[in-house]
Amino acid sequence: MAEPKNLFEKVWEAHSVKTLQNGQTQLLIGTHLIHEVTSPQAFGMLRDLGLKVRFPGRTFATVDHIVPTDKRTEPFDDPLADAMIKELRKNCEEFGITYFDLHSGKQGIVHMVGPEQGITQPGTTIACGDSHTSTHGAFGAIAFGIGTSQVRDVLATQTIAMSKLKVRRINVSGELGPGVYAKDVILHIIRTLGVKGGLGYAYEYGGDVFDHMTMEERMTVCNMSIEGGARCGYINPDETTFEYLQGRPYAPKGEAWDEAKKRWQAIASDPGCHYDDVVNIHAEDIAPTVTWGINPGQAIFIDERVPSVERVPANEKAAVAEALEHMKLTPDAPIKSTPIDVAFFGSCTNGRLSDFVEAAKYLEGHKVRAGVKAIAVPGSQIVSQLCAEMGIDQVFKEAGFEWREAGCSMCLAMNPDKLIGDQLCASTSNRNFKGRQGSPNGRTVLMSPVMVVAAAITGEISDAREVFAVLGHGAVA
Amino acid sequence: MALAKITSISGKAVYIPGDDIDTDRIIPARFMKCVTFDGLGEYMFYDVRFNEDGSEKAHPLNDPRFAKASILIADSNFGCGSSREHAPQAMYRYGIRAVIAESFAEIFYGNSITLGMPCISTGKEQIQEIAALIQEKPETELVIDLENERLNFGDKSIAISISPTAKDALVQGRWDPIVELLDADKEISATAAGLPYLAN
Repeated sequence: MAEPKNLFEKVWEAHSVKTLQNGQTQLLIGTHLIHEVTSPQAFGMLRDLGLKVRFPGRTFATVDHIVPTDKRTEPFDDPLADAMIKELRKNCEEFGITYFDLHSGKQGIVHMVGPEQGITQPGTTIACGDSHTSTHGAFGAIAFGIGTSQVRDVLATQTIAMSKLKVRRINVSGELGPGVYAKDVILHIIRTLGVKGGLGYAYEYGGDVFDHMTMEERMTVCNMSIEGGARCGYINPDETTFEYLQGRPYAPKGEAWDEAKKRWQAIASDPGCHYDDVVNIHAEDIAPTVTWGINPGQAIFIDERVPSVERVPANEKAAVAEALEHMKLTPDAPIKSTPIDVAFFGSCTNGRLSDFVEAAKYLEGHKVRAGVKAIAVPGSQIVSQLCAEMGIDQVFKEAGFEWREAGCSMCLAMNPDKLIGDQLCASTSNRNFKGRQGSPNGRTVLMSPVMVVAAAITGEISDAREVFAVLGHGAVA
Repeated sequence: MALAKITSISGKAVYIPGDDIDTDRIIPARFMKCVTFDGLGEYMFYDVRFNEDGSEKAHPLNDPRFAKASILIADSNFGCGSSREHAPQAMYRYGIRAVIAESFAEIFYGNSITLGMPCISTGKEQIQEIAALIQEKPETELVIDLENERLNFGDKSIAISISPTAKDALVQGRWDPIVELLDADKEISATAAGLPYLAN
């Protein structure tokens, strides 16, 4: 019998072209996703070198980072943003690349579009000039962010030079408590292992909690692998994966579907396979989690206190002092009841249909606290359409959220959606870096979608379980 | 496309303290609204160097003593977060030719090597020693000997490390892999032919 292997090893071997002179692997990238920010320079390099796109059918484009979420007609008010969208359109036309544009009804954050279209499939390699490409690992793909020179390499050769990663298996066993979501699971993992804990690793997430998650929840987890330093994170494909993919535009059909399903079942990690490291976490130990600092590992449970320089080990003092100064939080004080200025709901982490559906259950009948600016940004035009059909958009609008059109929006503030001054934002996004949401002094507190809705209603960081009197899964008193 | 063999780098250094310096810090997203990397150099570390009114903040990069630095010294997990190549591109265009830190985030590391900008690791104590030295004597010339993995300054020499693959790429003058990748066209076709999902 063949030696048992994990999914990462199997996918890596199937996509290895050769060993390069420096010892790295030339790895075939089966699926390449591009957007307007990190691709134009790559096309420029391609032209400078007189090269063509090697497999134009294996690159897919959309526009997400710079698009306004309110006024969508071109030309955009911002001439720089307008130049970027024009450049992307020109490059796609010239090189014959499929482009899900603003008029397609399929535009959205690149990490939403791949899964929605069924382009993201198990056992594949996926690269994109965006670190949150790890999202696609939810399907059992090896998916990671690349730089722009590598975007050029993929366009020209469909390959990149890369060193093999180690694999860490992260088991989360047991059952999550009421009001604890996929976002809390990944924030807890990052808090536990640190923001550089994943350097050199791919994370394989397994155990009861991930087995029971929907595909959208799995995407939330894999999305933030990079925040823990892991270039990619994945979950072995199972019936949940296949059910999500069946019937999507780019998913195999008929006999090809049956064959693909067999391949996908075989690509999952074998029982007894080797891992370079194993970490075990109990679901019962995870509570709703919020960040207090300036990286996603600086996180605490909602009922914990903000750290103080005195309480932390010597090697963390400088980082804690810097974070506390930026966040203007009182050391040793509870994080709960900290006033917020803005609530941001969206991003490739939590801008999916189930995020809006779950939050709307609690939001209905409530109003956003006076003085809080609340914006809801569906991750894709398809999510936007489905929310409209289900009346979800009305729930958000009636509560006082601004309901916007699809894009990355205030997750990284490359479009007009930005924090002002030192506003504090309760955010469903993935990064709380200094300046991330568009104002150098802006403050970001990461949390789950239901926690953001709770904060929007109360005007302060709150325990959603208390605000909504959550008694059990989905039950509201 | 012949590339220079990068075997040693020398220059003055500047120390930017702090663990986990992310690529949003190195180049804030608003400066990425561009279709080429030209001109990014002036925005490197913009928000930590300048106030919103454009006036300078107290920062090592605004200190005239470090104005000519071409080697950046940092702490651990430098370059984490976004995959944006705009970060090492901005640093290279500013004039940085090497980074020495305790550790690096992976995507940043690879992006930098592909530009021919080595990322070199050494211990926490060594970083502190270099930082203290350049604070005292900013004119100190550091010499990075990549082949022998040593950092030399004055009469001192300390051990540094670089991944074997990056070292080979730099020292042998193949840090931009595009030529070698293009050369494997037949092997690429063969590998692709073995993957059913690429058949459509």
